[in-house]
Formats: sequence, structure tokens, C-alpha cells
Amino acid sequence: MSTSMNRRDFIKIAGVGAGSLAFATPLFDFSTGDILAPDTVPGMYAKRTPTYCEICFWKCAGWVHTNEEGKIWKVTGHEDDPHSNGRLCPRGTGGVGMYNDEDRLKTPLIRTEVNGVQTFREASWDEAFTYIADGLKKVAEEHGPECTALFSHGSGGHYFGDLLKAFGSNNITAPSYAQCRGPREVGFFATYGEGVGSPERVDIRDTRCLVLIGSHFGENMHNGPVQEIAQATAKGATIITVDPRFSTVASKSKFWLPIKPATDMALLLAWMHVIINEGLYDKEYVEKYVYGFDELKAHVATNTPEWAYGLTTIKPETIRETAREMANASPRVIIHPGRHVTWYGDDTQRLRAVAMLNALLGSWGRRGGFYNPEKVSFKTYPHPQFPTPKRTWKDAYPGKFKLASLALASGICDATVPATGRDCSFKAWIVNGTNLIHTLPNQANTLKAIQALDLMVVIDTMPMEITGYADVILPECTYLERYDDIRVSAHREPTLALRMPAAEPKYNTKPAWWMAKGLAEKMGLGAFFPWKDIEEKLDWELKQVGSSLEEMKRIGVKKMKRSFDDLYPMENLEDFEFNTNTGKIELYSTAMEDEGYDPLPKYKAHEEPPEGYYRLNYGRAPMHTFSRTANNPNLTDLMDENSVWVNPKVAKEWGLKNDQYLWLENQDGVVSKTPIKVRVTERIRFDSVYMVHGFGHTEKKLTRANGRGASDADLITRVHIDPEMGGTGMRGNFVTFRFEAGKEVSS
Amino acid sequence: MRYAMAVDTLKCVGCNDCVVACQTENDVPIGYCRDWIVEKTTGTYPQLQLEIRSERCNHCANAPCVRTCPTEASHYAEGGIVLVEESECIGCKACITSCPYDARFIHPEGYVDKCTFCIHRVEKGQDPACVAVCPTHCMIFGDLDDPNSDISRAMATRKWKSLIPEAGTDPKVFYLI
Repeated sequence: MSTSMNRRDFIKIAGVGAGSLAFATPLFDFSTGDILAPDTVPGMYAKRTPTYCEICFWKCAGWVHTNEEGKIWKVTGHEDDPHSNGRLCPRGTGGVGMYNDEDRLKTPLIRTEVNGVQTFREASWDEAFTYIADGLKKVAEEHGPECTALFSHGSGGHYFGDLLKAFGSNNITAPSYAQCRGPREVGFFATYGEGVGSPERVDIRDTRCLVLIGSHFGENMHNGPVQEIAQATAKGATIITVDPRFSTVASKSKFWLPIKPATDMALLLAWMHVIINEGLYDKEYVEKYVYGFDELKAHVATNTPEWAYGLTTIKPETIRETAREMANASPRVIIHPGRHVTWYGDDTQRLRAVAMLNALLGSWGRRGGFYNPEKVSFKTYPHPQFPTPKRTWKDAYPGKFKLASLALASGICDATVPATGRDCSFKAWIVNGTNLIHTLPNQANTLKAIQALDLMVVIDTMPMEITGYADVILPECTYLERYDDIRVSAHREPTLALRMPAAEPKYNTKPAWWMAKGLAEKMGLGAFFPWKDIEEKLDWELKQVGSSLEEMKRIGVKKMKRSFDDLYPMENLEDFEFNTNTGKIELYSTAMEDEGYDPLPKYKAHEEPPEGYYRLNYGRAPMHTFSRTANNPNLTDLMDENSVWVNPKVAKEWGLKNDQYLWLENQDGVVSKTPIKVRVTERIRFDSVYMVHGFGHTEKKLTRANGRGASDADLITRVHIDPEMGGTGMRGNFVTFRFEAGKEVSS
Repeated sequence: MRYAMAVDTLKCVGCNDCVVACQTENDVPIGYCRDWIVEKTTGTYPQLQLEIRSERCNHCANAPCVRTCPTEASHYAEGGIVLVEESECIGCKACITSCPYDARFIHPEGYVDKCTFCIHRVEKGQDPACVAVCPTHCMIFGDLDDPNSDISRAMATRKWKSLIPEAGTDPKVFYLI
């Protein structure tokens, strides 16, 4: 029986049929869609249209090939694109599955109640927009427009962001910051006055030594680095991989350091100790660019390899040998900053140590180290100035997370859970393309926040766990069926890339720009979207930089010339003023000190698993992106469930066999919602287990993904918050094995 | 002309891009594949080795599938590419049983299907779809009779192996090790 306790019962979208409420206005003029590149292989396909991929955020440019019947056949990489170099990864190649997925959201849905049971009803776009506009207006009247937030992880987010800004809120957030790469940006900014950015500015192609700490390229299929690692190793580059798991890239490495989890900081400090004490650092570079060398030398004086051995289990001679290997390659060496770095709560400090080690080796601004990316200076279509909000999310955290440069998804979620004494608890969420149930740690807290909302709008292409909690669901068409903004990317060479529809949107789905503009008009904010349609907007923007929509439809990717010859600005010790307080690379961070944080990173012991428990490590598989691809027919065909990796010694102790299913239970007694298959393998340390993130869906409408594998997100209930910038450290959870299901969790 | 493929196991990361590229290129139905990934771990933590390779029909010069086919549906095409003529195939599975590499399967439409080295692309001077897509450039396709082809050079300069050489099939897919 459904309980009336929750205002917001989870509704499984099953039972809501295919949309038949066609919208009258055609979206695209397909008669103009034929201005396309000439068919390079006669008879192979009827036409090809440019796109850039939306399956992950590397955003590789490619071509969508359609056959004579206009049916999408395949997607291939764009030869002029520095992100893909003409080759997509398996997810991009399988992107056509996102378009073909018959489980897609098909028409707008509105939450309603029938005989005391909450359900969704099909709605027209106009009804859905009216519902949202009325809901947002009510929130603005009762609480202020600032009490609305946008969570977005997708290209369309820009349009909903503009909508929110026009409405009077700048609480726009992506989980890619506080749940992923935020500490890296802050750690590098504190050191160099610049972040790492995406795509990362690492010159792997020309490096002689690449150090990976927990990064598992090859499994993490970010296209550029995977390609460049293969190129660099073919030219003889050394790879040093630090990972408790024998990852794919560990197997390609000259050195694999099977570190005890959570002790990476000790290794980094010991490496700096060796490099300083053996005089292996780049003396001219340090002399010219660096501030705080003596302080660092004193700081790491006792961080000997012998000291680190006791913590990391990496032998002192291995620490010395690998430090010398890096120094031999210097300055063509990269201690890679990684991407998903929210591990233990001292992540900004750990990434500071990574940045500092690079500085000692003189790799920043040097060939084979870190290059200076450039992007096209791109003007967007003019619109009236957005109002200035009276409050922001930061007001909920006075004196905290002072170095956070972007809004925290977790911070906004926490500030939605009602609390006394807070000015603005969030009352409305717009959630675009991010399945917050799987994305944010501590699900119980996320659900508490959702229950406190007056309005939640979810925009997605697929029914996901988050869509079940929405008041209104807006079905977006896939990236193969829509225009989005021009991809303006920073790389060795600046490029522009166009995404345009290769087919008409299936079902009653629409692109983000159309939804945001329609909603804005409904809310009386149409002036902020002054263009007729996106083609007019993109054409205007492209003409400002000497291109046009017509040209981009033909070429897909436009490479531009760099404005200055400064790809490696410190290659020959050229003068350079860094964007830091001292104008130097700060080994000793004055900015951190000013804000009351440690100016030099310190080793901090992290909690270890209790007896019978194992540290929960999670990562990526090359054929999936987060939880969003788990139902893609092409990609589930490659991998349709995850498994829990268990060392044979542990398996023996527990009597576990390969392929048996069991449940995982964490230190707080939380049991995985679904069972997971055991993979007994030597490739994992005895003190930890490993699983690929993104499985364990419970949304029944995901017919291929529902109940397949388990979700690490279910088990991440303990979060270690980064004091500098609010990142959510998620690698401090421990699990044990359970041979029966947990109790049904009521939503 | 002797077409062959070399897969560099030192580069291959097992991402399955070759599998999905083949599926989309050749309209291989979901649930079937003409190429696949094999991973083999040896040793004990932390002394470990991992070999990853992309496998497919070996386009053997002495192909048991061609020998056992009662209708001559399985045959050699130009450059030694082993093909199945769908219209001649009676689905008897003799070839499936005789193939030591388990490279063949019954297509839902009833005929035997397998890798064609993307002959439709090769005829136009393109690489097979798996080779063309590989992000690590781990596959090389070409003519062994041309001493200057990339594959001839790789075979001359690198250590390599083939699979189940004792079967005597004279396979034309090689693994650089």
C-alpha cells in the first residue's frame, strides 16, 4: 500500500505509454539539412552530418552517417578534431544506441494523484510549461527566486542556466565539480594560478614519463589521453602507475606501485623528499619561477622513503627508483592530476602535492609536460543583462569552502534539507541530464532534500531513478537529433565543432534550447532568448569569429590558428608572471594560508577498514559513462552488469566463487539494493574491493539495466568533505559480503 | 595478395571499440559479434601480467571451415579473405564445429556469419572498421606480399605469435607481443 507520508512518492514510469501528443510546430527545417559534406565513399551512405558526442564529456567531434532511407547507421570520429583524431571510443561508436533505445522518455509527464496513488500523466508541452512556470513563480513569491537551483551535466544545461539566471538565481551546479574534479582545479590554481581544465592540458603525446595515481586510462576511456598514451609508449615513454588494483594501464606500465589505499599523500611527500634531497629537481626552473622552495624542503625533511614505506607498503628503493625515473625524464614528465579525485576529504591538499611535484620537475609550461591551451574567444548572442541575485548558495555556508570556485551540487542538496536558521533552503530544482540518485553520495540525504522541494523538474532522454521523483519530466531528444551550442574547446589548437540533428527527434521529444526558450516565454522572460531559433543564434555567433552555420554544417570542425606562439611558455625559461599572490609558482601557498588552510600539504592518516570489511573502490569501464549508458542496447551488449573484484585470498576466506551473486553491506549497515556478481581476481589488493560505477539501476522502465549489477552509490553513505572547497570524499566506505538481500527500503 | 591483420597486445586496452564498430558497420544484430576481446591475467598479486587482445576469424590459408563446407558457401575471396556466401549456406554448422577459433555463429536469419575483414571497405582502399576505429591504433591491416606494407614491417621487426598454431590452419591474424 502506498503511504501518504511522502509528498513525493517515487513513481516508476512503467505504464505511462508512448507519447501521442504531437506538437504542432515542426522543429527543424530538414530541407536545409542537405548542405552536407560530399560523400567520401560513394555508395557507403547517403549523407553525413556533423556532431560532437554527448556520451561523455570529452565531447569528441564526429560524423553521423545516415543511409538511403534516412536512418542513422553509424557514428565515426572527425578527422580534424583534436579530441578524437578521427576515432571515437566505444561509447561514441555505440552512441547510436542512445537514439535507438526504445525505453527513452517519449512525452512530457506531470505528477498527479489517482485514487490516492501518485502517478504520472502524459501532458502537452504547453501544459508542462505552464505547470513549471506556475511552480517557479510560487517559489519566487514565497521564498525568492534564489531558492531555485539547476543541476546539470549535459550540453543543454547552458540554456536552462540562462533561464535560471533570467529568473534571478545563479545557483547553477554540476556534480563534475564537488563530486569529481573540483579539488584538482583548486589545488592547481593555488599553485600555478591556473586550473587544469578539460580536456586536461597534459602533453602526453610528447612526454617521456607519465605518472598515474589512481587514474585508469583505458578503462576510463577519455579518448585523447588513451590515444596519446599509446603514442607515447610506442616512442619509449615510461609509465608509472600507482593503484591498489592492477588496472589495464598498470599492466602497460614499467612500474606498478600497488599502494595501500588512502596513503597516496605519503608517497607524494616521499617523492618530493627524494627529488629535493638528491638534488634531482630542475634547479633553473625552480630558481626562476618558484616560491617557497626552502619551506618545502624543510617541510618534507622527515618524509623519507623509509617513512613512506611503513604507510604505503611501497619499498623505499622503489620510491627512490621511480623518483629518479621522473627526474631523468624532466621536464618531459607528467604527474597526472587525474579527474575523479574526490577520495578522502584532503583531496585539494593531495592535488596540491601533485602540482608541486610537477613544479619541482619543471614540467608546467613545457613540452611533454603541461601545455598552454587556447580557445577561440567566442561571443554569445546578445541578451539583456541578467538580474543580480540577492543570495547565492554560498550564503548557506558562511566561512566554509572558501576556495570553491563553482557551486557545489552536494552543497545545494544539503542546503535543501530543511534546517533552522537558514535564510534560503532550496525549494525548486531543475535537474538536467544528471541522475542525482546515483551521482550524489549519501542517497538518504538526497531523498530527504527531494522530499522538501516544492517543485522538481527533470530533463533527460531516459527514465532514470531521479525522474521517478520529479513533478514534471521533460523528454529531451538525443544529441543525434538536436542542435546544441558550438563546442568551443581549449586545446593545443583552438577549435570549434558543430552538433546538428542527423534525424528528426523521435517521439514527442525536444532539444534543450527549445524547452528553455519556450519556458522563458511562458514565464515572461522571453527577452532573454531574443533569437528566433537556434540556427539564427548559432549563425550569428559563428559569424563573429569568421565562420557561419552554413560553413560548419559542411566541415563540422573548424581549426583556428593560435594567437600567440606560446604552447610551451616556459620551455626556455621565458619570463612569466603567474596569477598568484607572489606572481610565482607557489610551493608554499599564500592563498591557502590567507584563508586559514595548510600552506603545505600534510600527510593525514585515514580510517582503515574494520575486520572483515574491505575498502570500496570504484571506477569506470571503457564502454559505459556513469549510470547514463547502462540501458544503451549497443553498450549493454558489451557489458550488461558490473562485478565486485575480490582477491583470491579474500575469496578463500569467505568461500566465494567466481560468478556467484551476493550483496554488499557497508560500515553503516546499508546493503546494496541489488546483488552483484563476484569476480575473483589477482588484480585487486586483499584489503579492498572494486566495482565499476553506474550499474544497479532500480528503475523498472530501464528494461536492460534494471536490477543488473549493483550501485556503489548505494553504499557511499560516509562522506569526507574537503574543507577547502567542499568536495565529497567518497573512498572512505568499507563493505563486507552478505548472502541475502537487505530489508526493502521504503522510499 | 595475402591480406592479414596484426594486433598489438602491448597497445590494446580491451575497450571493445572494435566490437561495437564492427556491429554498427556491418549491422551485426545486438547479441552477436564478429570480433571480441580476450583478457588473460597470469601471476600472483603483485607480480602480474595481463594480455589483452582483440580476436576474430583468422582468415586461415588452410581453413577447416572451407574444407568442411558441403555447399562451398565458405570460400576464399581475393587476398585469401575467408567469406560465407549467405545464399549458399544451409546452416549445417559443419564449419562452426571445425573452426578452432570459435569465430562463427548462426545469424538470426539462418546463415553462418563471421568477420569479413570488412571486404566492402578493403575493396575501396579503407581499413576494416575495427582497425579504423581503434583509439590506440593497435591493429594493422595489410598485404603480407608487399614487403613495404605496415603489417609486413611490423611482422619483421616485432615479436609475434598466432593462436593455436598446432591446428595447422595457417592463420592470418597475428598478435604482436
